[in-house]
Amino acid sequence: MADPRRLPHGEDGGPATGPGYLQHHFESLVQQKDASSLGMWLFLVTEILFFGGLFLVYTIYRWSYPLAFADASRHMDVRLGTTNTAVLIISSLTMAMAVHSAAAGRRRLIIPFLAATMLLGTTFLGIKAIEYTEHIRHHLFPGPWFHYPGPQIHARPAELFFSLYFAMTGLHALHMVIGLGILSVLVVQSRRGRYTGQWHTPIEMSGLYWHFVDIVWIFLFPLLYLIGRHVH
Amino acid sequence: MNQTEIQARESLHPEHIVSPKSYVAVFLALLVLTATTTLVAFVDLGPWNTVVALGIAFIKATLVVLIFMHIRWSSNLTRIIIVGGLFWLAILLALTFSDFATRGWLPILRMRP
Amino acid sequence: MAAEFIPEAEPLHPRDNYLNVRYGVGSWLLTRDHKRIALLYLASITFFFFLGGLFALLIRLELLTPGGDLVQSETYNKLFTMHGVVMIFFFLIPSIPAVLGNFLIPMMIGAKDLAFPRLNLLSWYIYIVGAAFTMWAVVHGGVDTGWTFYTPLSTAAANGHVVATAVGIFITGFSSILTGLNFIVTIHTMRAPGLTWFRLPLFVWSHYATSLIMVLGTPVIAVTLLMVGVERIFHLGLFDPALGGDPVLFQHLFWFYSHPAVYIMILPAMGVISEVVTTFSRKNIFGYRFVAFASVAIAVLGFLVWGHHMFVSGQSVYAGMIFSLLSFLVAIPSAIKVFNWTATMYRGSISWRTPMLYAFGFIGLFTIGGLTGLFLATLGVDVHVHDTYFIVAHFHYIMVGGAIMGYLGGMHYWWPKISGKMYPEGWARFAALIVFIGFNLTFFPQFVLGYLGMPRRYHAYPPEFQVLNVMSTAGASVLGVGYVIPMIYFAWSMRYGKNAPANPWRSTGLEWQTTSPPPTENFPVPPVVTSEPYVYATESEVVG
Ligand code: HEM
Ligand SMILES: [Cu+2]
Repeated sequence: MADPRRLPHGEDGGPATGPGYLQHHFESLVQQKDASSLGMWLFLVTEILFFGGLFLVYTIYRWSYPLAFADASRHMDVRLGTTNTAVLIISSLTMAMAVHSAAAGRRRLIIPFLAATMLLGTTFLGIKAIEYTEHIRHHLFPGPWFHYPGPQIHARPAELFFSLYFAMTGLHALHMVIGLGILSVLVVQSRRGRYTGQWHTPIEMSGLYWHFVDIVWIFLFPLLYLIGRHVH
Repeated sequence: MNQTEIQARESLHPEHIVSPKSYVAVFLALLVLTATTTLVAFVDLGPWNTVVALGIAFIKATLVVLIFMHIRWSSNLTRIIIVGGLFWLAILLALTFSDFATRGWLPILRMRP
Repeated sequence: MAAEFIPEAEPLHPRDNYLNVRYGVGSWLLTRDHKRIALLYLASITFFFFLGGLFALLIRLELLTPGGDLVQSETYNKLFTMHGVVMIFFFLIPSIPAVLGNFLIPMMIGAKDLAFPRLNLLSWYIYIVGAAFTMWAVVHGGVDTGWTFYTPLSTAAANGHVVATAVGIFITGFSSILTGLNFIVTIHTMRAPGLTWFRLPLFVWSHYATSLIMVLGTPVIAVTLLMVGVERIFHLGLFDPALGGDPVLFQHLFWFYSHPAVYIMILPAMGVISEVVTTFSRKNIFGYRFVAFASVAIAVLGFLVWGHHMFVSGQSVYAGMIFSLLSFLVAIPSAIKVFNWTATMYRGSISWRTPMLYAFGFIGLFTIGGLTGLFLATLGVDVHVHDTYFIVAHFHYIMVGGAIMGYLGGMHYWWPKISGKMYPEGWARFAALIVFIGFNLTFFPQFVLGYLGMPRRYHAYPPEFQVLNVMSTAGASVLGVGYVIPMIYFAWSMRYGKNAPANPWRSTGLEWQTTSPPPTENFPVPPVVTSEPYVYATESEVVG
């Protein structure tokens, strides 16, 4: 097999298609790869600041209403939250293994690992949906139906807490859904044999995205579920 | 970039293949840390509860970034980008706090939200 | 000297440049050529420029007389809101980067395209989809919150289509993010052999700085508008004072983006000016590294000053003091640039071509805008002039006097490259003069009005302010004419203009070393760079 780093441009000098080929405007595959990974990391930076806005709002209000936030946090189900954290961590492992299989040239393992990741991602969303239903059933969704079961002195800041809870976990869940969409594209492409040991940039980049979404949850979990536990 | 430069870089940065063992090790560490953070949350440490919770979250995130996301083997540029992103988030938090944290200082304007 | 008189393109070779390589609507709407995408943007932002101008016209007509005779206050509120939204988010922010930056950055660094051509096209589509939402809101009655969307007005009280407009801006924000991301990656990875960082044209440096702001700031406004949206739709009370939420927090988030955003508008124009000033003074830029670093410094420091918009908002006085002090820092790199342009012109052999006229206009008006910015950054002064016409004059001096002058200067400077045709110089100079006169007549009286205490965002005013307002409205109509004339002769020149040589200005930039208009791949042979960017002076008396 020819050294893929030196694969030619398309016949007429125009863009060649197909996996691993150099797009017409790049000089080498290394340059092309550098560009993708730089672009992906910049995108993740925009995601940091995107979630960052919500984290700022959370920080300010929690700092302003520490007791109410602690109290409201106790209406979370820690068991489900911890389980979900574990589920996401496992999915990060399977995702890393999918990237690894691609890079090591074990092409048959790519799809099983991707599928496992998707299954875990779906499990996470399922558990999240159960939690949401419970909250809504207990009138914890902000707005006219909101009714706080705890001490009424905390009722209004607790509604802030739940606003943030739904906004932050909702945005996170949206990212999970998008991630699942991306993974299903990867599965389809892998079945067509698009990815090789030399060229599997999409799997790598999607892996970065998936891990990032995991990291967001790593912070959301203690901030939303655990802050009031030690107060009895 | 000319050919020799390209070749030089290719030999400098061969793609790093991390062994599955490190992945599993990190994975186990993450599970242990998750259990720890949950258990510690039930112990009353006063203000330190938050510190511990965030500290553990930072350690977990760092592990993911370094190993799962391959930053341990990546270029300095990528690292600068990540640190830069976090630094900008810190600017947002710090300067906003310069407002909220000092609101009570002037006796006539106690306007905490 | 031989290079600048490459024989004019022969009509017998029909398919030798990016414009004539393919024909048909599909070849434009599905193109991945950065130059064609630049023209797609040009068409769209021109539309929004005139739409925003239409709103401005109605505003100025209403203010011709003290009473509210043309429109009611509700309508007036919608007019200035839509004016601001359209001009800022749909014209000024994409203007120079998406048109000139898109067209020129790959050429200036000797690349065939941006790093992600498909993403580039996607950015344009995203922009169009965002624009469609906002246009829907305009057509169905508009919004009246001001372009600032302050809560709780926007979440609880405002009439009109806040959500549709916010969704439009949210979507368009991603277009801006992706453009910035594309530029940064391109500048990092696609430079021609020999093109080191300190050989980059200053236009590229200023776009690098701009892109940093786009990437770091825009996500925050996106999530902020998202919060306003969910608060309005789902009653998540994120900024709701009734729940103990704080509307001032919204302002922090809003201005964290929107102050840096003013530098998204001005930095690219500064890049244009650096190119124009060197070319038409036939001198190397004075202090290349200072100008380059000043761009980055502006981008960074620009993120530390947002609180100067909130001095009277209920923000803590101590924070106000910090923000006031930090705001003065931004003036330093801005002033460095102005000094260096002036020093570049000093003893240069200046030619009074149209782009240079705009550059002169830029330097003068930007300086006035920047200096009045310092007045406003002074906490004690701002308490008095905040929300008066003084503010309106300040930012129009920078955004219209600065950014749009830079944009027009750049359009004239690179028009031969873009279209392959020369514009009519006489008409162009005339239009530049009209723009300059019209601009000052419109906005200088507003400084006085603000100083005398006329508040902004009201449709009626006490009769003693009428004279100055009439001046302003008269100026606006002159300015409008000044903007229409270039539209006409640019269009005219595409058909009837003289063919442009490859390098009509005898500039040393890489983009001028290829034909006008360039071939799709930009350069027949990939260029190799062996020297500094501006090599006009023979003896090297240049700092940096
Ligand atoms: C030397 C740099 C600058 C300083 C120190 C400065 C300072 C200020 C201050 C303090 C205000 C707030 C006034 C108030 O609302 O009471 C302001 C408003 C404004 N400035 Fe600047 N400015 C500078 C440069 C710019 C630039 C470069 C632009 C645009 C390209 C710009 C656009 C604006 C806009 C749009 C507003 C009003 C926003 C609104 O309330 O609707 N400024 N400036
Ligand atoms: Cu500002």
